Amino acid sequence: MNIFVCIKQVPDTEASLSVEGGRKVRESGLKWVISPYDEYALEAAIQLKEKTAGSTVTAITVGPARADGVLRTALAMGATAAVHVETDSELDHHAIAACLAAAVRSCGEPDIILAGKQAIDVDAGVLPLFLAQVMDLPAASGVIAMEVTDGLAKVEREIEGGARERIEMALPCVIGATKGLNTPRYPSLMGIMKAKKVEVKKFTPAELNVESLEPALLLESLSVPEEKAPGRVIEGEPADAVRELVRLLRDEAKVL
Amino acid sequence: MSRTLVFVETQDGKIKKASREALALALSGPVPVAVVTFAEDGADLAAGLSGVPTLFHVTGAGDIYQPDIHAATLENLIRENGIKTVVAAHSARSRDLFPRVAARVKAGLVTDCVAVNLEEMCAVKPVYSGKLLARIKVNAGVNLFTLRPNVFPAEIPEGKGIPEVVAVSAADVPARCRVVEVAAGAAGRVDLTEAAVIVSGGRGIKNKENFALLQELADVLNAGVGASRAAVDAEFAEYNMQVGQTGKVVNPKLYVACGISGAIQHFVGMKTSKVIVAINKDPEAPIFKKADYGIVGDLFEIVPLLKAELEKALN
Repeated sequence: MNIFVCIKQVPDTEASLSVEGGRKVRESGLKWVISPYDEYALEAAIQLKEKTAGSTVTAITVGPARADGVLRTALAMGATAAVHVETDSELDHHAIAACLAAAVRSCGEPDIILAGKQAIDVDAGVLPLFLAQVMDLPAASGVIAMEVTDGLAKVEREIEGGARERIEMALPCVIGATKGLNTPRYPSLMGIMKAKKVEVKKFTPAELNVESLEPALLLESLSVPEEKAPGRVIEGEPADAVRELVRLLRDEAKVL
Repeated sequence: MSRTLVFVETQDGKIKKASREALALALSGPVPVAVVTFAEDGADLAAGLSGVPTLFHVTGAGDIYQPDIHAATLENLIRENGIKTVVAAHSARSRDLFPRVAARVKAGLVTDCVAVNLEEMCAVKPVYSGKLLARIKVNAGVNLFTLRPNVFPAEIPEGKGIPEVVAVSAADVPARCRVVEVAAGAAGRVDLTEAAVIVSGGRGIKNKENFALLQELADVLNAGVGASRAAVDAEFAEYNMQVGQTGKVVNPKLYVACGISGAIQHFVGMKTSKVIVAINKDPEAPIFKKADYGIVGDLFEIVPLLKAELEKALN
């Protein structure tokens, strides 16, 4: 199978962030990681490869030079090839999807394309579905269970109140992964050594003939939200403290 | 004249609260409003939509959500009626449907908005798991917004007349992403993303069985039950209960955190709750710096007391 995984480099989830120039995240001192949902996509891709002899897993990212780091991690985990669409521009999701689609096609016809359901930087949650539309493929996102056999993907996604949709799609298709799908592996030491030697295919958006269209969204500003003032700890014996808490919830906070 | 289209979801024949919030926003905007519903009995909504000139009632889409058919139908509706703006609640449904529609019509789409200005066509949304806020101007011919539940007012002003119901046939396209079955979740469970009250447990709950204690408290408050990542990773709770960075972002008026230390990745998922209550036996737990009210104590003692006290107060 010709398997693709789209991944994105994001600031470490534990990082506290600040803004410079009113609309950019201050990058100095930041640690970068693969967006957590993309790790589930990557793990699913590697498991598929392991099950189907002769398969390849190509990891693709769109981003600046530093994004090479996530491709190396993907290779160390078990991806067999990597493509970097290198750009410093702020692209909207239509343009990113176009870049990813062109990068996939540059490697041949896909059987399945996986991505995280959402990147935890812009938190839009649209990319897998945009990519599918650009490539005219069926897609499901927010997938927590999947099984691929005989050219058919059977997946499950959670909707409201714990209900699940069971979905069937013919391959090729696009799948947006979420937590619950699997437990991503850690890269092995040998994997890390091997990953260093792999040559990453590089393109610019222009080389992929992605036209620079007027972006659909313009980021005007980024800001740090106001923090609430810390509240109070209610002292006293448990029964008294609980009584006081209920009184405060009813009379002061008015939420009961 | 351009119109703002509101995609509404219903439950038991009524427009859901989160959809009413989207409708109220659209009605406060500068152009007339049209509502679209895929509900089988959707035409009946007209009586409750005074002040809305048009209700598009989609028929023939089937009784199960089929993403490709719904997306193609909305695309046709947008194109044929010259719709420039579409708003909806940020729900499980719109999270799936709106990106599909936006990709089809090359729209600007801002998901999970906490503020929207329909005159200036810009929105504010949390990014980096709520660590930052982005102000985004939409810049496409058609623009879509989904609104975080419980942020916008849901009161709909009384208007004149009821809408004209326009029947719309569902698009005749194949369902390539085919929903074959919808398996119901546990009965009576409150959906966390729209819940007004949430009771959540962390590692301090100690095991899966003890979550029953939180469920009992939740029942008194008509609340949803959530969990921290630590509790989910320890398999005390299911993933669909996880609140925080790789789980759900919730926004209730009351959030009761029991045995949760308050790591940043949990906090970013619930920090916009109107009131946060923390119950933890560790007085140094970071959650106490973020909670409006805290009780330092053993949750196994405090939670039953709280349940009993709330039963008294609410009756």
